[in-house]
Amino acid sequence: MEIEFRLPSLGADMERATLTTWLKKPGEAVHRGEAIAVVETEKGLIDIECFDEGIVSALIVEPGTKIAVGTVLARLTAAGTGVPPTSVPRAAAPATAAAAAAPAVRVPPPPAAPAAAGPAGEAAARLRISPAARRRAQELGLTDAALGRLAAGGMGGIVHIEDIERLAAGGAAAAPAADARDAMRVVIGNAMARAKREIPHYYLGHTIDFAAARSFLQRHNAGVPVAERLLEGILIAKAVALAAARIAGFNGYFRDGRFERAPEVNLGMAIAVRGGGLVAPALLAADRKDLRTLMHEFSELVSRVRSGHMRSGEFTAATITVTSLGEDGVEAIYPIINPPQVAIVGSGCVVERPGVCEGSVAVRPQLTLTLAADHRVTDGRAGARFVCTIAELLAAPEKLR
Amino acid sequence: MEPQDLRARILALLMTIAPDIDPATLDPVQDLREQFDFDSMDRLHFATAISEEFHIDIPEQDYPQLAALQKSCEYVQKKLTAA
Repeated sequence: MEIEFRLPSLGADMERATLTTWLKKPGEAVHRGEAIAVVETEKGLIDIECFDEGIVSALIVEPGTKIAVGTVLARLTAAGTGVPPTSVPRAAAPATAAAAAAPAVRVPPPPAAPAAAGPAGEAAARLRISPAARRRAQELGLTDAALGRLAAGGMGGIVHIEDIERLAAGGAAAAPAADARDAMRVVIGNAMARAKREIPHYYLGHTIDFAAARSFLQRHNAGVPVAERLLEGILIAKAVALAAARIAGFNGYFRDGRFERAPEVNLGMAIAVRGGGLVAPALLAADRKDLRTLMHEFSELVSRVRSGHMRSGEFTAATITVTSLGEDGVEAIYPIINPPQVAIVGSGCVVERPGVCEGSVAVRPQLTLTLAADHRVTDGRAGARFVCTIAELLAAPEKLR
Repeated sequence: MEPQDLRARILALLMTIAPDIDPATLDPVQDLREQFDFDSMDRLHFATAISEEFHIDIPEQDYPQLAALQKSCEYVQKKLTAA
């Protein structure tokens, strides 16, 4: 069976992209979830992953071509039809073309040094340093300044070991001069302008006692190695995911004039990109995973953002988002919904305040939760129920496991 | 361990967990949070990497001692000497 591999949707306000690099050649096998092409968008370089198994039969689009979402990029021969029996056949699911592929984002690095101009098609391969490449660079005795220049290309590719070797051998690393930061700012600006224009936001704020959550985290973290410790953010994420699954009207998309409830909570986690910018990849099915699993996945998400290798589903899958400015010391954030989502929950920093506990005033850790939600879907009353559910869950954190 | 070796190893760990920073611009005494917008996950990754590399336990209350490169080197040196 022939499968048409199309350019998937790349999220709000991104309708076109430029194919920069093919990662597969005709005749090569593609496994489920593998990236087969890299495209360039305003939000950075995106690895396009394929969610079918098969053999590449034809690459249709030439690198350097600007293409619209939905364009057929390549054809695959499906696993099970004329491919070696070793490849794993996928369960019947005749994936629609749009579902057959999904994007992954490579986050542009902060431009650390003036970048040399180079052909756009070369951009993908060499703009960021993977840990492996860095180790190789250290073996070769490359100076940090040399690596900095290599990494400073500005568009957010990955510096592979081969690039390090080439640099060591004296070859010039071509890098584009495009200002990735500005491009990302434009995309964020467009999406937020659309949100402000189209979504009648309403806002709620609620300050909660965070003592139970904090002592739960301290107890847990004191007894486990560093790698297994939990962050406040993951507890909040889990509470939001559970509340979003329970209270209708906050988890899903508003499209074509109506609300579509999502079957599971793919929780977007707003992650700041160093040097400016923001991405919000999702923790998939966060309502059904335990804290340990969520923490592990969140840790990997952040690592992928930092190293510039975001994965497909994560980037466009979020059905609701959480954003935190606690790190920066502000008490409350009034966020803007990321369309087509219908809600976003903000959390500020935990502050010590006088609070009433069991009839007397005491110093208590407090956290302010905020909700921005879409008035086309819910009213403040439902929003209050949603926020209070999050608060109740955080008051009994042992149940969040 | 020689201080410069320790420092090189810790810097290598830092680059592994934060490949998006430019080591050429790193100020060893300034807070990583101020310099590179380190967030709680970056700090946890850094503490994890150090803990695993040097086989030392790092209680949560010690995290502030890993706030900058120089401080981290001193902290690890102290832990290794005490062990």
